[in-house]
Amino acid sequence: MTDGGDHGDHHEEHGSELSEMQLRVRALETVLAEKGYLDPAALDLMIEAYETRIGPHNGARVVARAWIDAAFRSALIEDATKAVQSFGLINRVGDHLIAVENTPTLHNMIVCTLCSCYPWEVLGLPPVWYKSAPYRSRAVNDPRGVLADFGLTLAPDTQIRVWDSTAETRFIVLPMRPAGTDGWSEEKLAALVTRDCMIGTGLPKQPNEVA
Amino acid sequence: MTDGIHDMGGMHGFGRVEPEADEPAFHAEWEARCLALNRAMGAIGAWTIDEGRAGIEMLPPGIYLGSSYYGKWARRLENMVVARGFAGADELAAGRVARAGKPMQRKFTVAEVPRTLTRGSFFRKATAPARFTVGDRVRTRNIHPTTHTRLPRYARGHVGVIEAIRGCHVFPDSVAIGAGENPQWLYTVLFDGRTLWGDGTDPTLKVSIEAFEPYLEPTQP
Repeated sequence: MTDGGDHGDHHEEHGSELSEMQLRVRALETVLAEKGYLDPAALDLMIEAYETRIGPHNGARVVARAWIDAAFRSALIEDATKAVQSFGLINRVGDHLIAVENTPTLHNMIVCTLCSCYPWEVLGLPPVWYKSAPYRSRAVNDPRGVLADFGLTLAPDTQIRVWDSTAETRFIVLPMRPAGTDGWSEEKLAALVTRDCMIGTGLPKQPNEVA
Repeated sequence: MTDGIHDMGGMHGFGRVEPEADEPAFHAEWEARCLALNRAMGAIGAWTIDEGRAGIEMLPPGIYLGSSYYGKWARRLENMVVARGFAGADELAAGRVARAGKPMQRKFTVAEVPRTLTRGSFFRKATAPARFTVGDRVRTRNIHPTTHTRLPRYARGHVGVIEAIRGCHVFPDSVAIGAGENPQWLYTVLFDGRTLWGDGTDPTLKVSIEAFEPYLEPTQP
């Protein structure tokens, strides 16, 4: 994070908003803290968690484990919250996590057309594009066009399933394990698992893309 | 608000999706503070997640489209803090307090943080059996309430199939208007892409929504 640095909204934000928002948010923090509702040190701690501990590396471990452990894979599809919890892979995850599995004939993609619902505990904070109007508007009626924006083309007969996260259920895509990874360790496999392949806007890296 | 600018599924004209390589968690410090402030107020019970979403949806369309993500969060926070009496607009404008705060049972402290990082459960005890079962054909209602709902516009009035029953959950449409949790059964409802978007649609497309039982009515096979 850089104070006063560039920002990521490609279309929407204007340069002048940055300093204005800094001032407005500072005023909010000062007033809400002085009123006694919150301790700024608690804000620091929460921010640090999202910058360091809570990110897609957590989801990548879940996926890698599912690739090497058939029992875990079944448990994950059955009840992802329970499976992630009981295998102690990552920090506790809350309720309603659902894992959806890609197959040679089916590709899953996750969106929240109404706001920005996203499985924070396993993927961290959503990227700007996930929360943007182009993604939210097009994912449900032109997913192949959206995938093309990510440089991804699927076979024309691949079934595409889009999950609109309209409630408190949260979705993570379980992508297919890349070929040529037989005998790989969980750690090595996790390095192939990108954030986007767990949203469904990408595929895992190929073995030759990692050292 | 139901038919607001936030309900974007199927709209045209917003252009390409532009992924950013190596995107950081936050693009400026104020974004991080804004996220944490919003979560803090939620954590002390100032408002529920559904009331917070309704707060974003009530931003005027021009502001909604013209603001960045955390820009919307900041404006929502200002509006809700003032509307619910947590601070005065004069105090936010001045950046300092002029009077005592509203008494709250909880304060967002360092000790509260770990709990906040794990999602809460929205499961609630069912008061009636689920009306639908997996495989049932259902039609989504054609509703246009002026208050918060989670039934997107593109999925109203269409026939789909119950694919999964997700349990009985807090009903956002009720919570957002202060009418209590009113728990309802939640289903995954699957639609053929052509049902939603017409004959020219990619025949390989299927779309699902997570639909609360009051959004659904039975239909003949």
